[in-house]
Amino acid sequence: MLKFKLTNLNAAAILVGTTMLFSACGGNQENAGGSDLSGNVQVDGSSTVYPVTEAVAEEYRAEAPNVRVTVGVSGSGSGFKKLVRGDVDVANASRSIHDDEAKAAEQNGLSYVELTVAYDGLTVVVHPENDWVKEITVEELKKIWEPAAQGKITRWNQIRPEWPDQELHLYGPGVESGTYDYFTEAIVGEARASRGDFTASEDDNVLVQGVSTDKYALGFFGLAYYEENKSKLKAVAVDDGDDSNGKGAIVASLETVKDGSYAPLSRPLFIYVQSKAVERPEVVDFVNFYLDAAGELAQEIGYIPLPDNLYDEQRQKFEQFVSGKGAASAKQ
Amino acid sequence: MTNSELNRLKDKAFQIFGIFCTFIGLVVLAIFLIDIVMEGAKRLDWDFLTSLPSRRASQAGIKTAWVGTLWILVLTTLIALPLGVAAGVYLEEYGKKGRWANFLEINIANLAGVPSIIYGLLGLEIFVRQMKLGSSLLAGALTLSLLILPIIIVTTREAIKAVPRSIRDGSYALGASKWQTVWNQVLPASFGSILTGIILALSRAVGETAPLIVIGALAYVPFTPSSPLDEFTVLPIQIFNWTSRPQEAFLTNAAAAIIVLLLLTFLLNGIAVYLRNRQQRKVKW
Repeated sequence: MLKFKLTNLNAAAILVGTTMLFSACGGNQENAGGSDLSGNVQVDGSSTVYPVTEAVAEEYRAEAPNVRVTVGVSGSGSGFKKLVRGDVDVANASRSIHDDEAKAAEQNGLSYVELTVAYDGLTVVVHPENDWVKEITVEELKKIWEPAAQGKITRWNQIRPEWPDQELHLYGPGVESGTYDYFTEAIVGEARASRGDFTASEDDNVLVQGVSTDKYALGFFGLAYYEENKSKLKAVAVDDGDDSNGKGAIVASLETVKDGSYAPLSRPLFIYVQSKAVERPEVVDFVNFYLDAAGELAQEIGYIPLPDNLYDEQRQKFEQFVSGKGAASAKQ
Repeated sequence: MTNSELNRLKDKAFQIFGIFCTFIGLVVLAIFLIDIVMEGAKRLDWDFLTSLPSRRASQAGIKTAWVGTLWILVLTTLIALPLGVAAGVYLEEYGKKGRWANFLEINIANLAGVPSIIYGLLGLEIFVRQMKLGSSLLAGALTLSLLILPIIIVTTREAIKAVPRSIRDGSYALGASKWQTVWNQVLPASFGSILTGIILALSRAVGETAPLIVIGALAYVPFTPSSPLDEFTVLPIQIFNWTSRPQEAFLTNAAAAIIVLLLLTFLLNGIAVYLRNRQQRKVKW
């Protein structure tokens, strides 16, 4: 009885081993015409990246009708948490992975690859009737947003003496969002460090509403929200004090974000793929399709595509990751 | 002015104040409804109900969302109804009154006030991870059942309390056991009110977003669920997702989806009213 069980177990192990081998082989065959693939691809994470992934998944439906791609919007942090547990195959992220999250992945025996799929510009905006602010420096933004400014920097003329002696009202994304993370890192120099006395909302449309009805407002959010509400808002040019990437103050736009001159408030949007997932050919095929389609689709949605050669780079990076699964090269 | 005149004046003043208060609520509701209907009605058509989610607002539909909501609704009812009613019957009819009963009572009342996202976190740990149900319909329905159980228990107890003592005594006098009395007299007599409570609780469950997002309900699901263990999305999540998009057209979609959700809630409440009326006509003492 025992013996029989053991042989059974062995057979099962061999079977599993072979299946893995086969699927691994399948994983390396790229552009095999995905139409006969089937299975599930689970994506979760940032709501900022969601529209891109949604668009890709929609297009992929025509490419491989039997692969069921699902996308969640639980946020960058939650997406990483699920990725490092192996609960999802791909994580949408509007920020890079944190050290503690990376450590968790290691503990679970997973590695991952970070792929940039598009750019977003964080636009600094004011009310359209605001005629005194045309451009602002990164230094001044830091003075406004750093933790030490809380309760102290409350009037416009504290930033520049020639600006009016009026109350300054600040609007920004909620502290859980990747947008907030990125802005504080780029402006204050430390992620998630800022003053707390500003109007925060996870919903950028609420911020648009706030800034467009408040003459003494200053806020920031994704470029797409500015583009859709141009008549109600005024974008402020940002000067990073570094002339090597564009002289003087620069306004966020498709071109300035794409060529990198709108610094430091252009941010990359990522997807992360984990090592267990790329053993399945449908995941590999989906990610490859993603990198092929992301440029065009990102633009349609209001984000900024990477230059073509950078997409090639991402493709190579992914290919290396797939062929050297679990290798130490995972992080970069 | 005599005393009685003054009193009559106060009476009148209070009446006007009452009408005013009622009006505020109604006006706000009317503004919301009119705004939503004006915005969303033009988008509402058969295609909208039968299309899959899409990046193009004009092609996007809510098929997977409303089917998911319906699944959640049925599963939650199947789980929460027997549990909640049984717990209510136990506490009211069988449980001994004492310090322990008081303790339970206070806790159940408190549970009804716990923020829904807390239930989401509980559901994530217990149903999604420990019981390994994944982000499935079943996990979502169980989580929402927890959320509405306190409401069902409290309304069941109130409904049972309202059944006159004399009915029970009459039943016992005829030789019925406790169980026979509860099943044949108490429950039928209070069923109308219990049902109202349950349906109001379900209406709340249908509108919940936060706990379902926490347990991992999705936003983009290109297939309708075919078993309780499938992944899913629901209307509130689709609405929430669309309202946070920059493009105006998605806001219109959200408004249209809100109309569908409202109709669903109205339908539920209508059923509650109908069943209650029918039940009340049937019960004659």
